Amino acid sequence: MSSANPILRVQDLCVRFDLPRGGVWPWRGEALQLKAVNHISFDLYPGEILGIVGESGCGKSTLARAILGMLQNVQGKVVWQGEDMLGLSPSQLRKRRQKLQMVFQDPIASLSPRMTVGEIIAEPLKTHYPEMSSAEREAKVVSIMETVGLHANQVNRYPHEFSGGQCQRVGIARALVLEPDLIICDEPVSALDVSIQAQIVNLLKKLQRELGLSLIFIAHDLNLVKYISDRVMVLYLGHVMEVANSRDLYREPLHPYSKALISAVPIPDPELERGKDVLLLEGDLPSPINPPLGCPFVTRCPMATQVCEETKPELREVADGQRRVACHHA
Amino acid sequence: MLLMGKDKGVAAMAANMGKYKGRSLWADAARRFARNKAALISLGVLALLLGFSLLGHYASDWSNETIDWGRLSNIYEQGQPNLESGHYFGLDHVGRDLYQRAVQGSRISLMIGVLGAFVAVVIGALYGAVSGFVGGKVDSLMMRLVDVLSAFPFMFLVIVLMAIFGRNVLLMFVAIGAVSWLNMARIVRGQTLSLKRKEFIEAAFTVGVHPMVIILRHVIPNLLGVVIVYAALLVPEMIMFESFISFLGLGVSEPQTSWGALISEGADNMRSTPWMLAFPMTLLIATLFCFNFIGDGLRDALDPKGN
Repeated sequence: MSSANPILRVQDLCVRFDLPRGGVWPWRGEALQLKAVNHISFDLYPGEILGIVGESGCGKSTLARAILGMLQNVQGKVVWQGEDMLGLSPSQLRKRRQKLQMVFQDPIASLSPRMTVGEIIAEPLKTHYPEMSSAEREAKVVSIMETVGLHANQVNRYPHEFSGGQCQRVGIARALVLEPDLIICDEPVSALDVSIQAQIVNLLKKLQRELGLSLIFIAHDLNLVKYISDRVMVLYLGHVMEVANSRDLYREPLHPYSKALISAVPIPDPELERGKDVLLLEGDLPSPINPPLGCPFVTRCPMATQVCEETKPELREVADGQRRVACHHA
Repeated sequence: MLLMGKDKGVAAMAANMGKYKGRSLWADAARRFARNKAALISLGVLALLLGFSLLGHYASDWSNETIDWGRLSNIYEQGQPNLESGHYFGLDHVGRDLYQRAVQGSRISLMIGVLGAFVAVVIGALYGAVSGFVGGKVDSLMMRLVDVLSAFPFMFLVIVLMAIFGRNVLLMFVAIGAVSWLNMARIVRGQTLSLKRKEFIEAAFTVGVHPMVIILRHVIPNLLGVVIVYAALLVPEMIMFESFISFLGLGVSEPQTSWGALISEGADNMRSTPWMLAFPMTLLIATLFCFNFIGDGLRDALDPKGN
């Protein structure tokens, strides 16, 4: 798989948000910046599922939006099928979006309440293939609805008539209808209950296999990510902490943050669950406005030493070059 | 591609199956509105009032200009409302038929109410939607302009306009329109700001829809509920505005009249000819009630979370 050319290559991606200046007068006070995403690089290969995990506020969603070109103040490169997306004009960008789609976190909020499900799924077709006849469009919409497990006779229904899981299927159908090469799923199941989560994740996995898609799967549920992903990237405070094959990462996490995350995953067997060691992290995520000077994880790391306070560890290759980790001690 | 091969079979299947008809939010709202008795009755009364103002003049042989010389000498006794004489609402203080005057006044008052609200809604909605959607510095600038305008004393503006250009109906539109869109713009801007962050707008953006199409296809339809409710509540406000100005003697001038002007004349002659006050006042109050009930009904119907 890794021998092929990457479909998406993210290089040194940084996202900054300018904050309103503190102080009484808007022109006084210090100019503050929130560093949401810091120097993230990764490659994604055709047919691969990359999981991105991290706690709330670590920049997962910001990263997704930056890749899709929905944000200002983005530095670095997002090379999509050999072309840097960040340099493109808005109209060029709109054309490229066809093969790069997204599934959103809140299934109901991501569907326009005044449009029927059929209209919602047809919108990408209308946008990119205005010459398509309405009969062709409808046939396509219906076939996509069947693919994601909706009934074709529900095409004239409105989103408020569906459950959360069905709405997410509509969201997936909308992303699929243009036959994309990559779908970015931004916590696609965290708003659903557990049994529905399994259905949606299995659907995504099945579609990925059948259509040969690449997926970026963002979640904070580690079990889900382990189940679906080929590779996992662990984010903390907008920095990559560790990238590894999902099996390796779960068997032997190298970074202390990954260790803490994985040790906190509940085990379904109560006997084992009672006996296991949980590596509890103290404190909260530091403010991304004023991050630590050295390693971003230094404030909560049980292994922190002098060097961690002073210098930021580079993301270096370890083991057989299959995994990368950003820690002085790993 | 992979999916195209299946298309024909699936489409045929879909055609055979028959589709469920979805219930749109608009249809739901119409059903909820139809359950609201006060709003439905108000709608009926308002239709009658509209018929009265448009066709009412056919019902009487008198005109709104001729003076009934025979009864002029003793309006207090002979000018009372009377079905036999044909003066259904009686005579006014100069001997004209009050029924015809009321028809004439209704036409002007309703026109100013509806057109004024329409102008306010169109300008306000466009201004607010652009301000909210563009955001940033443009938004700040546009909204500060609204603040400045709304700080300007409205009555002063009307008096100055009337003093410079003389009294006419068109000028009233300008005066009322210049002020009443400000609130609409604020409301629509607020709604647009909250809509802009919704995921379905982001989704449309991800799909690659042009921003202008996003405004037309996604933002405006979701704003309409608020706009319609506000417009329905704006009409009685406009009518009140006009009546107030006319009552002060700054509004429409003779031989034109409006509810406000009729009420003003009626109030002057309240002791001798009370019907001159009673009839226009009843019309005005009925209209205001109707519009307010309809506005409330629409609000309840379009915002299901409210109940």
